[in-house]
Amino acid sequence: MKIFRIIGRSISGAAKSIARNFSLSMASITCTVITLILVSLGLLVSYNVNNITKDIEKELTIVVFMQKDITEEELKTTEEKLKKIDNVEKVTFTSKETIKNDMMSEYPSFSKMMDSWKENDNPFQDSYIIKVKDVRDINETVTTIKNLDKIDLVKYSESTIGELIKIFDAIKTGTIILVVGLILVTAFLINNTIKITIFSRRNEIDIMRLVGTSNTVIKLPFLFEGLFIGVLGSIIPILITIFGYNYAYDALSSLGTSNLLSVIKLVNPDAIVYKASLIILIIGAVVGMFGSVKAVRKYLTV
Amino acid sequence: MEFIELKDVYKVYKNGVTGLAGVNLQIKKGDFVFIIGSTASGKSTLIKTLYREEKVTKGSVYVGGVNVSRLKNNKTYKLRRKIGIVFQDYKLLPKLTAYENVAYPLESYGMSSSEIRPLVMNALKHVGLKDKTRSFPHQLSGGEQQRVCIARAIVNKPKLLLCDEPTGNLDPETSKEIMGFIEKINKDLGTTVVMATHDKDIVNRMKKRVVVVQNGLIEGDYLKGSYKVSENI
Repeated sequence: MKIFRIIGRSISGAAKSIARNFSLSMASITCTVITLILVSLGLLVSYNVNNITKDIEKELTIVVFMQKDITEEELKTTEEKLKKIDNVEKVTFTSKETIKNDMMSEYPSFSKMMDSWKENDNPFQDSYIIKVKDVRDINETVTTIKNLDKIDLVKYSESTIGELIKIFDAIKTGTIILVVGLILVTAFLINNTIKITIFSRRNEIDIMRLVGTSNTVIKLPFLFEGLFIGVLGSIIPILITIFGYNYAYDALSSLGTSNLLSVIKLVNPDAIVYKASLIILIIGAVVGMFGSVKAVRKYLTV
Repeated sequence: MEFIELKDVYKVYKNGVTGLAGVNLQIKKGDFVFIIGSTASGKSTLIKTLYREEKVTKGSVYVGGVNVSRLKNNKTYKLRRKIGIVFQDYKLLPKLTAYENVAYPLESYGMSSSEIRPLVMNALKHVGLKDKTRSFPHQLSGGEQQRVCIARAIVNKPKLLLCDEPTGNLDPETSKEIMGFIEKINKDLGTTVVMATHDKDIVNRMKKRVVVVQNGLIEGDYLKGSYKVSENI
């Protein structure tokens, strides 16, 4: 009972205090709003950049050409072996007949000549298109494949992949540093603003101490006050995240292919805005709470 | 052991200034004691060691059998709940009414509103402020603010009332009135009162025990004493 009473009083005390110290509360809230908008931007950009890099990574494949004299039986064994390789996600077989037929339908002028080919005359090779789980390990995978029997040629854009991976990794690291940096800046700014608010109320804290209020009970209203300021400060950034991102998504989707910006394919808003909003709310609340309590603690020691 | 006992107490501040330089003092339960001395003599430091606002450098301070000097920082609230403190600058929460200020300590202890109300009203009645419960500190005179401070100090029925220059900011008439309330608390409730003061009139008129502090040392201790016993102060 007693603990609930203390918590209840702390919550109502915190709400009253925000109202009574309105201008200082507004300063803290505004600071929170601005920094959380930056965090939101950072989150959205990093999520989209990561998504684009993942999409590109998915497109990277290895093409394995089999020797011409390979038998049906050997093809089956090879496919089994390919599928068993750790880093292999998907193996798609294309027979030389399929390639021939595709060519015939694509280039009708050659179709007569190709049609006259007997099975042994077909110059194309049976092949496998392989998707890997992690492009970073593609070199090891290719080496394993090359060691298999009846393999004629393994093709993949070795140098391009290497370069791309380097660029993707740099982008990923960059966006993570950006978001973490923004979160730290947010924590620092909110903490400082709350510090100023609490500095102006150090007499109040002093009085609480002197009349026998325990440190925990002194901290509680400030903890809730920080929480409320953090939550209030995250409302506008959340609205901007949801409506702003939806607007940007719709605007980019409706652009004609002639527009250069149409190359940018944003992630569907449903998949990202709610997650980002929740992260912003949590950052606001946690930074507000701990910033506030940390600032009070300074005045609780003699 | 007496209710309050200071044994060879030293207090040296971080800047090297000595507040107390070997104080030995005993105060009985129910006593009314004045601590007098010039500015920076150590009387406020002495009072502050009793409610552990100052940590002693050496020696021990016992209040009600508890070694206050050994109390951990996060446990001081337990001691302060048993002590009422009256300050020269009243130390009222400016955004709370007189009633809320007196009720604040009890609320922070987790007492229910129905338990708090009679205690607060009784304390305010003691200091003659029953009709000012809804006034904010800035709407009250200095004397009235000090009465609210006294009411807050006695609301939890403490065994010890510490007063640090309670009349320092008040005119002689109001000071007399405030002293009347404090004396009444001492007599009616049996509360031990330890008061640091500069006010010669009050000390001379009340004829209580007087402890003279000078340069961090006790220079004199007189039963029914007055300022006259130590003219050089």
